[in-house]
Amino acid sequence: MEPIQLRHARFASSESHLQTLLVQGNGGEALAYHEFLRSLSGHLRAYFRRRLFQRPDDIEDLVQETLLAVHNQRHTYRADLPLTAWVHGIARYKFFNLLRARSAREELHDPLDDESLLFAESDTDAFEAKKDLDTLLSDLPERQRLPIVHVKLEGLSVAETALRTGMSESAIKVGIHRGLKALAAKIREST
Amino acid sequence: MKTEDLIGLLAAGETRVAPHLVRQRFAVAMGWSIPLAALVMVSVYGLRADLVQALSGTVFWMKLAFAGALALFAGLATDRLGRPGMRVAGVWAGLAAPVVLLWLAAAAALLGADPAERADLVFGSSWRSCPFNIALISLPLFAAMLWFVRGMAPTEPALAGAGAGLLSGAIATLIYALHCPESSVTFVGIWYVLGIAIPTLAGAALGPKLLRW
Repeated sequence: MEPIQLRHARFASSESHLQTLLVQGNGGEALAYHEFLRSLSGHLRAYFRRRLFQRPDDIEDLVQETLLAVHNQRHTYRADLPLTAWVHGIARYKFFNLLRARSAREELHDPLDDESLLFAESDTDAFEAKKDLDTLLSDLPERQRLPIVHVKLEGLSVAETALRTGMSESAIKVGIHRGLKALAAKIREST
Repeated sequence: MKTEDLIGLLAAGETRVAPHLVRQRFAVAMGWSIPLAALVMVSVYGLRADLVQALSGTVFWMKLAFAGALALFAGLATDRLGRPGMRVAGVWAGLAAPVVLLWLAAAAALLGADPAERADLVFGSSWRSCPFNIALISLPLFAAMLWFVRGMAPTEPALAGAGAGLLSGAIATLIYALHCPESSVTFVGIWYVLGIAIPTLAGAALGPKLLRW
């Protein structure tokens, strides 16, 4: 075990590092924001793994759902507050949502069903999400799907997407915003 | 979709967040619901006929101070409840203070009054309708505040719903005070508080259904 002071120091530096990246990302620096999400996903994966060691196939779903929530709700972060508390609040909320949905469903099902999971698990499965976001994305209405596909996946600018789709630039921005929220809602419903 | 791809998707394109987004949403919510609530009050109940004289009485101002302080702290609490990781903490005291002070004043007025007049102080002439009038006026505010909180990230949806309901009830009370002809602080301490409790409880009940994210 490393000394506790060392661990605290490491924690403090990753807190301030991540916080700087998020503040820069919210200010419009996409690279910093990418690095923030990437770095955060590692922390989230470890956090959920400690709590879900019996269900490794849920871990990646939760990581993705939490990343999407962090993205959709990032305007609720206040730069004068510890980032850890904010992220933890979101991760905890998503974690308990999953447990609630699970226990509500398992009251209806025979718990012996779980046996079938025994051989379904392996190490690589832990890194594959069960819920396919591509499928959920393809279920979105065009006015939300097209902006996300062109701007977010193909890397076109908002102006180019507007030209290509015949939508206005503000409709493109609204479409991305609402589409990602709708995606989060679809994930929630499928839990 | 792999997590790496999701991250790429989220970070692609414009990542900027409008710096005052929360404040803007709050202003929009207030901007349409306060005038609408005022319209409900004026058209259904009307301004009190003796409004000008009431301005020189203390109870009128006590109503406004009570409801105003409650609205202020309910607003702070609702904002905090909408942000993951934030605690309501000291704001609880701010929420309790106006109610406690009002009740102390109400009890003092009741105890200091002639026993024969006490029923009048408690019931006034409008106790039957007062809480429901406040609840009716709070409806547009209630809808607006729930819409506002839906744009936040409440991790305790029942509490966040209650906060939104309390805020709408407190503002509705500010507006209702311009109609309500009662001049007993004891009356205010009972029936106003009950009126505010209606949207607060409704918010707590609806929160878990409406405020998921």
